[in-house]
Amino acid sequence: MKFWIGVAVTVALAAGLALSRTNEYFFYAGFVVLQFVVLATAWNILGGYAGYVNFGTAAFFGIGAYTAVVLFKAAGAPLALQILAAAAISGLLGFATGLLTLRLRGIFFSIATVAVIFIMETAMVNWRYVGGATGLQLLRPPVMEPFESYTRMLFVAMAILAVIAVSIARYIEVSWIGRGLRAIRDSEEAAECFGVPTLKLKLFACTVSGALMGAAGAAMPMYMSFIEPPSSFSLTYSVSALAMPMIGGTSHWLGPVIGAILLGSVQQIVTVTISSEINVLVVGVLLVVFVVAAPDGILGLLKKLRWLPRSSR
Amino acid sequence: MSFELLLEAIVFGVLLGCFYAAVSIGLSVAFGLLDVPHVAHPAIMVLGSYCTYVLGRYGWDPIVAGIALMPLFFLLGVAIYRFYYESFEKRGSEAGVRGLAFFFGLAFIIEVGLILVFGVDQRMVEAAYIGRSLALGEFRLPWRMVVAFGVALALTAALTIYLSRTFTGRAIKAVAQDEPALRLMGANPVRIKQWAFGIATGVTALAGAMLIVVGPVEPSLDRVYIGRTFAVVVLAGLGSMTGTLAAGLILGISESIVLMQFGASWAPAVAFGLLLVVLGIRPQGLFGR
Amino acid sequence: MAAALLQVKGVSKHFGGFAALSEVSLEVAAGERFGLIGPNGSGKTTLINCVSGALRNEAGSIVFRGEEISRLAAYQRTRRGIARSFQIPRPFHSMSVLENLVVPLGYVVGLNDADAHAEARRILKTIGLADKAQTPSNRLSQVELRKLELARAMAARPRLLISDEAMAGLAGNEVDEVLKILFDLNATGITIIMIEHIMQAVMRFSQRVICLDAGRIICEGAPAEIVKNSEVQKAYLGA
Repeated sequence: MKFWIGVAVTVALAAGLALSRTNEYFFYAGFVVLQFVVLATAWNILGGYAGYVNFGTAAFFGIGAYTAVVLFKAAGAPLALQILAAAAISGLLGFATGLLTLRLRGIFFSIATVAVIFIMETAMVNWRYVGGATGLQLLRPPVMEPFESYTRMLFVAMAILAVIAVSIARYIEVSWIGRGLRAIRDSEEAAECFGVPTLKLKLFACTVSGALMGAAGAAMPMYMSFIEPPSSFSLTYSVSALAMPMIGGTSHWLGPVIGAILLGSVQQIVTVTISSEINVLVVGVLLVVFVVAAPDGILGLLKKLRWLPRSSR
Repeated sequence: MSFELLLEAIVFGVLLGCFYAAVSIGLSVAFGLLDVPHVAHPAIMVLGSYCTYVLGRYGWDPIVAGIALMPLFFLLGVAIYRFYYESFEKRGSEAGVRGLAFFFGLAFIIEVGLILVFGVDQRMVEAAYIGRSLALGEFRLPWRMVVAFGVALALTAALTIYLSRTFTGRAIKAVAQDEPALRLMGANPVRIKQWAFGIATGVTALAGAMLIVVGPVEPSLDRVYIGRTFAVVVLAGLGSMTGTLAAGLILGISESIVLMQFGASWAPAVAFGLLLVVLGIRPQGLFGR
Repeated sequence: MAAALLQVKGVSKHFGGFAALSEVSLEVAAGERFGLIGPNGSGKTTLINCVSGALRNEAGSIVFRGEEISRLAAYQRTRRGIARSFQIPRPFHSMSVLENLVVPLGYVVGLNDADAHAEARRILKTIGLADKAQTPSNRLSQVELRKLELARAMAARPRLLISDEAMAGLAGNEVDEVLKILFDLNATGITIIMIEHIMQAVMRFSQRVICLDAGRIICEGAPAEIVKNSEVQKAYLGA
């Protein structure tokens, strides 16, 4: 019950802010942070819950962006439809990738996800309809009442998407699916021997994860009024989506959210004050530091300091 | 495609393939034998390329520079393995995900570090054998490829002999196959693995030198080489050195043909495609144990 | 004559060039206490991996309760009644002792959340781990881990339980504890295959014993005969 109150508050807050006099920059930055909440939460469904590390977030994100562009260019589809289509296509990509490699050891799945980035990016570079290597300029449709700007509307849309993503992650986590995924993560061999249909559950997690990443990507073209391969398939998405849950904590849905908000904000600050390369270096360093020194992330540290109750789930 | 072009593609592919084999052999040891999820291997190779570039600015021949860098990289490898072992392998259960994330983070840090120091532009070296071609019958083989081919062959042979003839070499193979037995014989598996990882990294320094001989380098090159090196190692079969050569040749020739037929943008995808196909059909590779 | 619960016919398994199992055939009757012995590397664990589904056999057939199961995934075999414990315990280490049992109770037996937790508590009581229910499973002693392995297998409500060296490394009285659990389980009708190196335990427990060496069966019979068999002695001591 507390969760749903939190959800309502979050959506109300987002809408309220969008309708207020707040500085426009806040929505630019806020959109990016919320996007990372979705990406980190999506990554964690497969990475944190099941223990399969996806290096290829950029592929699913990028394909989501391009799907939105295709729908927009071909049919002038509204944002909601773009997001749904992007989720479907990226979900399918997740399913296909999983089908090919989830029968094997975790590291091969991870390498395969790098392959997917390459193949998808090469395909988009060679597709003139979406602009090929040079990309495509996009004209935003006129903004809907009551929003002042398109960016504000995107901000609210992303807030809703973030809430949906977190709700899905939380549902999976507390359900029997989550229990099965945890068993897979702890000891896949034992899980398989004790009735857990490991392949089916992994495929499910991979598909849902991919779909959410695609949904996050769908709003990107409208946000930038532009699409091109290098930025859509940027490795920064892959590293961030991995680093944020690792830093926040991977065993609970709150971990990716904390990681995304903290690291996302740090990224915005560093990019603006220092440089975007240093920003990316900071993400990498923080990832390594946390992975080595604080394996259970910030949530784990809080539990150790007894600021949070330890629950043995 | 005409027969002549096909033949030229194959010949070039053989040179390229041998180079790929040498570049992957460090991973064959680190991942194939030692089972370390070393996705940072290509990044360390690119690091080696840039070190070679720096020495090249002082007039060093790239291959000589590569050989000179080997002891340094050996020590780097020992340090990395020790760190990995203490932080992850020792702790057992949760090691898999975090070990992988660690190496991914390391690769990323190396790539970004290189961008910060050298920028994103391509860097190259100069040598007597770069820029000229060897005329062999009807073919013109770039000398830089021939030199890389020669060095690669020598390196692969040397490592294969080391692993099968010397005492430490065989200990390395033994630790991959039966660690408890090795412990019973009084050998310390961790020190052997450390040594092996050091050798794998040292070899990678020379691989990096060859990389910058073969063509210009840029910091993001490690990404496509993840596909190439893992494709070779998996196709070879984990732990097989001779398989690495065969697999490298297969990749080299396939890539060369695709390059000729479809152009440069699709060539890197060949490695990844090959990897996915092998994983789907015959995951133990050609000579897998 | 009791019907054969498990029929293994001509099963072979290779790893690269190495033959781990060569044409192994055996039958286990329902309700039987069956012992499997053999020196290290003889193929015992490979055999039960093939039966439980962790590995696929290359040749031969495995029939359980009249059904050919060689093509089934491990979790499907578990749902048909085959459970196993692991030689090196593999608990779900992020979960408590209780939660470890809830997994098979839900996924194999199909109980809902509440029933699974209640049944798990009941099993822990019978096995003597009730006071450790909330303990994280990565903080147990060796003998507790072994008991957890068996408890988890019990939670799968198997007809056939394969116990893989459940007593390795345990002290005398601990061995007796585990042995008693297995005897009690058998008394409820569960067929048990026991793999052990502790000869004394195997001989006390088994009604019939098979000895493997280098992937083949070298001897089969009552415990008393096996112990005296010269082939078995050669296999263990080395000719």
